Amino acid sequence: MSATERANIPSQRNRFLEALLVNRIALLSGVLLLVIVLSAVLATAITGDDAFLIRPRQRLRPPGAEFWFGTDALGRDVFALVLHGGRISLLVGLLAAVAAAAIGTAMGLLTGYLRWLDPIVMRIMDGIMAIPGILFAVALVSLVGPSLMTIVAAITFAEIPRVTRLVRSIVLSVREESYVRAAEGLGIPPMLVLVRHILPSCLAPLIVQTTYMFAAAILSEAVLGFLGVGFPPDVPSWGNVLAEGRAVFQRASWTILAPGLFLAVTVMAVNLLGDGLRDRLDPRLSRAAKVSS
Amino acid sequence: MTVPEPILRIENLSIALPAGLDRTYAVHGVSLDVHRRQIVCVVGESGSGKSVTAAAVMRLLPEKVLRITGGTIRLEGVDIAAALPARLCELRGNRMAMIFQEPLTALNPVMRAGEQIAEVLRIHRPEMGRDWVNARVAELMADVHLPDPARLAKAYPHQLSGGQRQRVMIAMALALEPALIIADEPTTALDVTTQAQILRLFRELLTKHDSGVLMITHDFGVVADVADYVVVMRQGEIVERGAPDKVLTAPEHPYTRALIDAVPRFRYRTQAEASEPPVLAVEDLSLTYRSTSFLGIRRETRALDAVSFQLAPGETLGVVGESGSGKTSLAKTLLRFETPDAGRILFKGRDVAGLAGAELREMRRHIQMVFQDPYKSLNPRRRIGQSLIEGPVQHGTPRGQALARAEELMELVGLRGDALSRFPHEFSGGQRQRICIARALAMAPSVIVADEAVSALDVSVQAQVLRLFEGLQKRLGFAMIFVTHDLRVASNICDRIAVMQRGQIVEIGLSRRVFEQPEASYTCELLAAVPGFAREAAAGR
Repeated sequence: MSATERANIPSQRNRFLEALLVNRIALLSGVLLLVIVLSAVLATAITGDDAFLIRPRQRLRPPGAEFWFGTDALGRDVFALVLHGGRISLLVGLLAAVAAAAIGTAMGLLTGYLRWLDPIVMRIMDGIMAIPGILFAVALVSLVGPSLMTIVAAITFAEIPRVTRLVRSIVLSVREESYVRAAEGLGIPPMLVLVRHILPSCLAPLIVQTTYMFAAAILSEAVLGFLGVGFPPDVPSWGNVLAEGRAVFQRASWTILAPGLFLAVTVMAVNLLGDGLRDRLDPRLSRAAKVSS
Repeated sequence: MTVPEPILRIENLSIALPAGLDRTYAVHGVSLDVHRRQIVCVVGESGSGKSVTAAAVMRLLPEKVLRITGGTIRLEGVDIAAALPARLCELRGNRMAMIFQEPLTALNPVMRAGEQIAEVLRIHRPEMGRDWVNARVAELMADVHLPDPARLAKAYPHQLSGGQRQRVMIAMALALEPALIIADEPTTALDVTTQAQILRLFRELLTKHDSGVLMITHDFGVVADVADYVVVMRQGEIVERGAPDKVLTAPEHPYTRALIDAVPRFRYRTQAEASEPPVLAVEDLSLTYRSTSFLGIRRETRALDAVSFQLAPGETLGVVGESGSGKTSLAKTLLRFETPDAGRILFKGRDVAGLAGAELREMRRHIQMVFQDPYKSLNPRRRIGQSLIEGPVQHGTPRGQALARAEELMELVGLRGDALSRFPHEFSGGQRQRICIARALAMAPSVIVADEAVSALDVSVQAQVLRLFEGLQKRLGFAMIFVTHDLRVASNICDRIAVMQRGQIVEIGLSRRVFEQPEASYTCELLAAVPGFAREAAAGR
């Protein structure tokens, strides 16, 4: 493809950036998310080396100049715990959401397109959906032992059927569109038809579902930590911080409020970002938006 | 009082469009009257403002977007534009009712037909008892000539045929004996034979119930058959009005003349000599749809029953028939979207009926399809260029060469080459259909199967696309199978015609022979039902 032709067909990436810039709410959420991610990545640099120093004499200090978010029952700095906790929680959320979206999409595309595969896979999915996600996670973590991979796997596993069903339902309707027929008629192999003509129609709902799963995965990790089957108590994650704060929260509400607030803001930002992206990635919607604005 | 008051009087109606579009008014300065026992047809192409006018009378416009900026609409003297919501509800249904184009979507799919008619009665006549309602439903269903009303009242919409659904819609509209019935393209979605019956029904009911009809249509054949008065609209304004005889035979406005000229008429091509071996030969092709219900009861529908024909290179074969006759099944099977359960499809002497996988994909490049709905047959997320080069690139053409060819093809179908970088939604229906034709041609096919390829287009666009097909065929020499329900269109473009009924070809022959001396009685039925056919026959065509 020569340079002039490339100029004729603007890339998908440009549209993505353009989309972000036009939608203010999405932009704001993006910035907020970036701040949270950066604060997690730079946690050590911001809070120093002795972040988790146990200070028996400074237990349950309220928020103030020295400890911005107060201290917990062991005298640890809650601000430092929350920032460091973001590392684990965001990582778990991202990995689980992406893994569930990827695996679920692949399965959804195949089951929706290949009729013979449909009954088999969908019955398996029904089976998985019948098991409560948290119960399965508890079982898996107790069997294998808590580690990043087991916790991500446990959360991912529970989310896959939802994505599969979502994608399959879209494939079932898009498959009948004449442009898919037309592509088949051009002699395009099935896998290319799936990727080129059917997958793009799934993307908008998929992005929303993925952001939702990202939020849900962070919550699941928090619940696992809260139940005591998540990461070991000495690893700071939002769930663990919340779980530890539970015992003392009537006297020191900041131990729960601070991580809770971070969790809530992150989940909200991710969801809003997803909504904004979905609206803008559809060429028809973005045109309509331009006319009206 | 010598001249009776009209049921509907629209005076100087103007409806504004939101700013930033290509014109400022959806409807501008429109005046028209509908009298008792009169059918007034409003004719125009898409975007002419005919449907907006109808919706304004029912006050069904999205008022934030389309505002009535001037003029009055009076229904039996009541100003509709100023009516309060409660009064409006009373008028709708009671004094005016609307019939929509697509009877399948306008009926509630989970409610029995009889119930839907009864609902209208119950809402507007709450004081009447159940017996009265049931009796009235039965009476109405008999009025619209639904066979076996007692049984059909219990049927759900999907169990009814298109014509039956439209009759149920009409029964609902008539339930309260409204003075005015607004029918927006009431027969466009129906078969010709059904269309003729429904149009007759309108005339009959009008006399019986003493009401007036405002009918929106794009089809001059329909106008010729039923109209008492015709109004031609263009870009929101009335360009011509008068009695149908005058408007149809001696139109004054050039636009009306252009519209009437664009209406397909029976016109035959000069026959090409078919001496070469057939490019496509179909022998005893059969296709059965099988479905197993929840209880394990098998149902079989014979979509194609021992269909045989031959197609010479460069020839066009028309396939006509009502919906459900197997035309589309035939098209799908030829492209091998369906696998036939018996028979052979010989493409250049090679049987392709049983091919699969890579062999099938290789074969498909030689037989291309143009689909009915140009709004659905282009991937909305891919640029025109991407859609056009996809096939050739897949079959090994270098990308640059495919792009150059795509640009040539765009010009060949009458579009500018720079359109390649745009998205489908930036084009009109006719332009999209041109793009679809270009996409099919990009594969340099030997056969093109066009499935109702012009049915979704306005008449003037339809004429252009038909001419395009003809010109391209002359230039590129592909053979074509042209599936259509419109016999007039078929006569224009086809060398030979195959008439299908219940999965079988009941008659096949040269176009002129089939239409002028039909042998099968079914062909005669189809011909008699063509709108405006009686008039054309009378005029000695």
